[in-house]
Amino acid sequence: MNDLPSLLSGYRILDLTDEKGLLCGSILGSLGVDVVKIERPGGDPARNIGPFYKDTPHPEKSLYWLFCNTNKRGLTLDITKHDGQDILKKLVAKADFIIESFEPGYMQSLGLGYSQLELINPRIIMTSITPFGQTGPYAHYKGADMIIWALGGLMYLLGFPDRPPVQISVPQSFFQGGLHASVGSMVAHYHRQLTGEGQWVDVSIQESIIMGLNGAESEWDLIGVNRRRNGSLRTSFRPDKTSISWPRVWQCKDGHIWFNLGTAGGVTNWILASTNALINDMKVDGMAQDLAEYNWATFNSTNISQEQIDHMGEVLGAYFRSKTKAEIYEKAIRYNITTAPMQNIADLLIDSQLKARKFFVQVEHPEMGETITYPGAPLKIDGVPWQIYRRAPLIGEHNDEIYRSELGFSADELCMLKHSGII
Amino acid sequence: MSRKQVFNGVNVLELCRAVMGPQVGRELAVHGATVIRIDSYKNPDTLNFIPPFKDKIEINRSGMGALFNTNKYGLSLDLSSPGGHEVATRLVKWADIIGESMRVGSVAKLGLDYQSCQKINPDVIYFSANLQGQDGPHANYTGFGSQIAALAGFWEVAGFPDKEPIGTEAYTDYIAPWYLLTTVIAALDYRHRTGKGVHIDLSQLEAGITFLGPAILDFTVNKRIAHRVGNKHPYAAPHGAYPCLGDDRWIAIAVFNDMEWKALCEALNKPSYIQDPKFATVLRRKENEEELDDLISQWTCGLAVEETMTVLQQAGVSAGIVASAQDLFADPQLRHRQHFRILNHAAIGPHSYHSPAYRLSKTPCELRKAAPCLGEDNLYVLRDILGYSEDDISDMLSDGILTTDGDLLGGTTNR
Repeated sequence: MNDLPSLLSGYRILDLTDEKGLLCGSILGSLGVDVVKIERPGGDPARNIGPFYKDTPHPEKSLYWLFCNTNKRGLTLDITKHDGQDILKKLVAKADFIIESFEPGYMQSLGLGYSQLELINPRIIMTSITPFGQTGPYAHYKGADMIIWALGGLMYLLGFPDRPPVQISVPQSFFQGGLHASVGSMVAHYHRQLTGEGQWVDVSIQESIIMGLNGAESEWDLIGVNRRRNGSLRTSFRPDKTSISWPRVWQCKDGHIWFNLGTAGGVTNWILASTNALINDMKVDGMAQDLAEYNWATFNSTNISQEQIDHMGEVLGAYFRSKTKAEIYEKAIRYNITTAPMQNIADLLIDSQLKARKFFVQVEHPEMGETITYPGAPLKIDGVPWQIYRRAPLIGEHNDEIYRSELGFSADELCMLKHSGII
Repeated sequence: MSRKQVFNGVNVLELCRAVMGPQVGRELAVHGATVIRIDSYKNPDTLNFIPPFKDKIEINRSGMGALFNTNKYGLSLDLSSPGGHEVATRLVKWADIIGESMRVGSVAKLGLDYQSCQKINPDVIYFSANLQGQDGPHANYTGFGSQIAALAGFWEVAGFPDKEPIGTEAYTDYIAPWYLLTTVIAALDYRHRTGKGVHIDLSQLEAGITFLGPAILDFTVNKRIAHRVGNKHPYAAPHGAYPCLGDDRWIAIAVFNDMEWKALCEALNKPSYIQDPKFATVLRRKENEEELDDLISQWTCGLAVEETMTVLQQAGVSAGIVASAQDLFADPQLRHRQHFRILNHAAIGPHSYHSPAYRLSKTPCELRKAAPCLGEDNLYVLRDILGYSEDDISDMLSDGILTTDGDLLGGTTNR
């Protein structure tokens, strides 16, 4: 039995994705895979995505690119040319995974589809990430991030009734696709480790969005109710299809906080304890009014009336408005109250829990002469940590390392390939 | 019999509740793992009491209670009873993977923390997944995924600049499990290669924050704090949701370049706008975005959304129905993918479950068993998997080691 420095040490991925799938390679790279990002000569168009370092648009300064491509080395290669295809096939022969996000059929048209690559390396796992999947009526639809979010059902649920539905202002679809692609790649990987057999993993970004419907799908399925956006109100449907609504976003002195009035009652012991603790604190401030007498163990948003819950909302609203985000959060921690400040990005960088856990990490960028703070690992693993091993690659940064030292091309050959636009 | 699946022979003991943890077991189960989920009538998972309910408000009739538990076996063991602990010990020995999502300290009180489990099962793969992690000043934070989505920064960046933030719901509940799954499966391979188990500590807050990566770098480098922008995109216009015919029907459209602008105008029979000086270039479309949005809305408001999507997509424009849940169940692409699959639940009856977001060409997933009611599989798990006799099992019932709906406080309805 061996010691390995990380869970996936020793494997290699060839990463031909664009922004629709960049995160997948970065994630698997964090677990120790050697990820080789292959871009067209001159650099991938995703390097034009902002924001940029010090607001300077430049293909080596895209913060979006830097974030999505940690843990990757970088090659340039034009796979539309025969030389490029030859080189890719040489790389495939020694690789464990190839991930791509081209339009369905494109790789096949270049002689680089799964059925072709499988002949070169029966162990290869090919993970193809597309907006809607390899086949089907939408397979060739264009899927910008927001469009997939819309067709994935999450846009319909977000917004105010009197305004258009919205997406989250930091686009999420492509990240979801990349993350689910890493799961699918791993499932195929486990099968391959047991049997020696690779396969094709067909990822639909749309399906990854739908997984997050959080009960809206169940409401249609079980009771024929089609949940709609309702601003910051939460609406609950009874089996007879009547509904009741209550706020979850509450203004406070310096922003907003989250508190779900609707489940404040005796659904479980810990929620009841939370509500009692909150009411207690309100009593101390003389702001509890008749909520202090209410028997919260019997509270049930399905049985209560809209008038009653509106009144409770008014009393609570006045209390929250008298406090800052930090004050509310401090009470939440101290008294186990299920509430949360709506933090912004700046708040995250000073959050005491994230600090204690050393969540944010420093990544060296010698090419820019500085160190940049990145979000760190999504989870901790004893002994074999999830980590950022290297910053995103510069354009063609590892051409020499791989083409010369590994594949044995001579300096002259590389010049010829460069001159012909192959690398 | 079903054909051989990827995780046949992989045993998973699930002590996870709510939304985040159970999605890990679900995905392993639909690829063939044997997943035993412990949920006791004495202290049922909160999700069992969250709507929607089928026909009546009763435990085992909640859609949310079922959605995340495809293919699993339900055991209504009381883990805090001494007899229950004995059974749990056998399960720990049996398991390849153990997952828990309890409050910090709880699983140790039950003698089922990683250290205790490792003594019985040295190479177990064990994950703890909670809201803010196993240590630190906020480790004991209680609540729902929505709170974490708010803490992580998602709610603050959802909505419009002139109004309060609005709910992304428990969005971080739908980021964390996939990181866990990737790691747990990698751990299976790692164990195969090294003989070693793996211990994972996931904070939903940390996992969620990673999806704000570019915005975080924009702050740490450029000191810019991301804010709510509706549907605006920094360099695309039109980019938004536009009203169509009918009740609350919207088409999402995204135009990034002149070619797509031309295609849009032609597809919607407005060729005169292609060279309109206000809209002819990327910069001008952005500059005149308000007017552009009004204009597009006028173009789309009399059109049927499905047809508009088809026409625009055929012209090469990124466009899509803003789909409601109802739309999703009728979506032809999702039908083609067989995303929603119907299984027959013992209390709810036939209803739909999610498939994973990917299809494997040689080892497809298989959804074959609806979510279990609490304790539904007590006999199968105890007798057929763990080898207890039927007498043992009756004793467990009479001793309260196995819980039944009689143990519910306030009966079978929502308290």
